[in-house]
Amino acid sequence: MSPELIFFWAFFTVAVLAAVGVISLKNPVHAALSLVLTFFTAACLWLLLQAEFLGITLILVYVGAVMVLFLFVVMMLDINTTPLREGFAKYFPIGMLVAGVMLLEILGLLGLKESAGWPELSASDPATALGKSNIQWIGEALFTRFMLPFEIAAVILTVAIVVAVMLTLRRRTGTKTQDPSRQVMVRREDRVRLVKMKAETKQESSP
Amino acid sequence: MIGLNHYLLLGAVLFCLSIAGIIINRKNVIVLLMCIELMLLAVNVNFIAFSRFNAEVSGQVFVFFILTVAAAEAAIGLAILVTLFRNRRTINVAELDSLKG
Repeated sequence: MSPELIFFWAFFTVAVLAAVGVISLKNPVHAALSLVLTFFTAACLWLLLQAEFLGITLILVYVGAVMVLFLFVVMMLDINTTPLREGFAKYFPIGMLVAGVMLLEILGLLGLKESAGWPELSASDPATALGKSNIQWIGEALFTRFMLPFEIAAVILTVAIVVAVMLTLRRRTGTKTQDPSRQVMVRREDRVRLVKMKAETKQESSP
Repeated sequence: MIGLNHYLLLGAVLFCLSIAGIIINRKNVIVLLMCIELMLLAVNVNFIAFSRFNAEVSGQVFVFFILTVAAAEAAIGLAILVTLFRNRRTINVAELDSLKG
């Protein structure tokens, strides 16, 4: 067994156990942390495939942003998990049955190729074979062939930000906030009132 | 030597686990969202394995786009979840039946 294969099976075991934790742990916080472990292990496996850029992106974007968002929401909402678990035992057999049958079918398809031996991955990754780094390889494709999808992805992210803010924004009554548009529209007449009055003269102090 | 099928096996196992998770956790929206993320991860593993196997960059670029869309989906999904909890005081899927005739 080559060291690469040993590492693969170690990561495989950790990823699968963590995924089992995601679907079976009672506390949503523990499930989210288990999902973090799954993502991290998957990133390690991608590094094993020499997809460095995506491995790092998975950790930065998923573990760093999305899963923190999940944890934030889980901890912010005061959820009583007991009623959410009531169907667990009832649906457990059917869930396992569907998943097991699906897995067997996919394994059957994988096994069809078995007669010719499992297809091996080439020893050097395709980017190195072209004399480029992985990031250069992806970047050149991303900014030439996939320029339009790349820009659409940017639009999607912008729309997602706007939607997320719009959905969760709530106007409370009775809070004191600034209104910048009204602040800049203020005119002199609204604030300053000139009063005509006689000039004051200095009173002679009585002796 | 490590082969393509090792990674396809991992993708298949993760995908089936997330399907099972969706079926057995059908009351809890948060766990459902997490299972969808797990499913996308399984698909991404397959994409990267095939990208490496075929020496083709499109697979990795597609994974990049899937990550983008999944991040947007998670943000919007959690925003909907927060709004839902604020209005209904529950995230139990069984109780969200106000559209039922």
